Amino acid sequence: MSTPIDNVRYAKVRPRRKVTVHGGLFTAFGTIWLIIAGYPLLYMLMTSFRTQNGYLSGKPWLPPTNPTLSNYTQVLQAGFFHYFLNSAVVSIASVVLIVTFSLLLAYVIVRSKSRTVRTVFNVFLVGLALPIQAAIIPVYILINKLGLYDTLIGMILPMVAFGLPLSLLILVNFVRDIPNELYESVALEGATDYQIVRYLVAPLSLPALVAVGIYEFIQSWNNFLFPLVLTQSRSVQVLPLAIVQFQGQHSIDVPVTMAVVIFSALPLILAYIFAGKYLRQGMLAGFGK
Amino acid sequence: MLGSRMNWQRWTMMLPAILFFAVFALLPMIVAVYYSGLNWDGVSKATWVGLYNWTHAFVSGQAVHSLLLTLELMALCWILQNPISLVLGVFIAGKQRHRVVYGVIYFVPLLFSAVAIGITWSYILDPEFGLIDSLLQAVGIGNGTENWLGNPSLAMFVVACIIAWQFIPFNSLLYQSGAKQIPASLYEAAMLDGAGPLRSFFHVTLPQLKYTIITTTVLILTGTLTYFDLIYVVTNGGPGDSTEVLAMDMYKEAFTNLNIGAGSVIAVILAAAGLLLSILILKFTGFNRMESQMEGL
Repeated sequence: MSTPIDNVRYAKVRPRRKVTVHGGLFTAFGTIWLIIAGYPLLYMLMTSFRTQNGYLSGKPWLPPTNPTLSNYTQVLQAGFFHYFLNSAVVSIASVVLIVTFSLLLAYVIVRSKSRTVRTVFNVFLVGLALPIQAAIIPVYILINKLGLYDTLIGMILPMVAFGLPLSLLILVNFVRDIPNELYESVALEGATDYQIVRYLVAPLSLPALVAVGIYEFIQSWNNFLFPLVLTQSRSVQVLPLAIVQFQGQHSIDVPVTMAVVIFSALPLILAYIFAGKYLRQGMLAGFGK
Repeated sequence: MLGSRMNWQRWTMMLPAILFFAVFALLPMIVAVYYSGLNWDGVSKATWVGLYNWTHAFVSGQAVHSLLLTLELMALCWILQNPISLVLGVFIAGKQRHRVVYGVIYFVPLLFSAVAIGITWSYILDPEFGLIDSLLQAVGIGNGTENWLGNPSLAMFVVACIIAWQFIPFNSLLYQSGAKQIPASLYEAAMLDGAGPLRSFFHVTLPQLKYTIITTTVLILTGTLTYFDLIYVVTNGGPGDSTEVLAMDMYKEAFTNLNIGAGSVIAVILAAAGLLLSILILKFTGFNRMESQMEGL
């Protein structure tokens, strides 16, 4: 939190700073990491444009000599657009449910002093670090009993449950900052609780809702354990599982597999190019402070 | 008048979240305790065997082995990730343009799923056509046929390195936002006192990032406790059982060997460890206190 006085001081001191050895060391370190982080990504991209022969005979660290798009057409022919749609349905449904449910609960937690409500909040907080892996066996049995094994809904239900604690925590912290006077003024006009959430709380918490939504979208888009345990047919396969199965069948054909890997992250890559700032904020949601 | 009192509308607002969480998260945790006393393949009739699965898991040494491997992975992940993330985070908190651009690129690995990263790295580390061995051979280091993931004494370390590759950017993002909040006046005061860059790093930056260090530590520990996806793809617990951490062990027992009871024992151990960490988080960070923590988000 810089006060105006800080800024003035900062402005005065700053021009005196020169490029120091210290800064140079930092840049060197940062550049080394840039290579470590970036080169494998470049390898991914280069390999996805290689031909199978090019991969086996060429030098893997150089760009392909005869770049080709055939790997990507092969990916689409293998039905990956369908898996892509499955992933989209599962992730969007999960995000909408998680955000709606946790916003409603967050509102009640902030607005009421009931002890039951406090206890509910504490139970959710303890649930924060409970691992999915610890519950997956009973979840598998339960989903089977409900007749939801091998369906998209069967994956969505537990994903929502495990997404709730963190988004609840973030939203409670945000809704708490809405000034009391605002509630009072809309209450005077006779608004019900649902109307208050819809017309006051939701618009005011939009930044937090976006952050939570992005975070939960990335989580469900990349979730692997639920589809692995709860589905088996191709018709309901989501991308992470589809990649692993595809790789199992084409383990020698590395370029095609790299194309699959890039294809599976495409929406997130595009989102990052166009709205990178929001994605970074979303990933930090709740941990930033 | 809507005050702090509960009414039926508010109860209905709470219901969906509570219902989902209770049925698909909380209840399963409790049911797992019951399952750990069963001899059951998930299909035929179950028989109650009491503590047999528990004693068997510990007598055979398998549970202890997986637990130790999980702790080893936690330690490796912390050591590999935290110091590097801190330095990188402070670096990209700077205002110069190249630092900002670097920060944007660092983030990209986080867009991929753990299985996608795992598959990519298993090709990079492939002893025949992989990037690393080919490069090593080209520059004449070793014979370029090291089987990184097939070597039981290397596999866990290599797995920890791949995890670090994906998550160092995330942690450095946390350090970046922490470092940005350090008031410039502190650095000026240190400068006036004659502190050089190194001293102000150790006497201003590091102490000011105390809470960020706690946060990243907690996140690394809870994250590693459940680490599964990447290991499933990269080593599947092998070679032998050298990377068979708790989550992997649980999966194999329950869904490969169809031994629901033995798998549930591991699941309960996981839940207990997760609960312990949760309580520690609340103790350290005071997330549940009723004051605002999110000013200026």
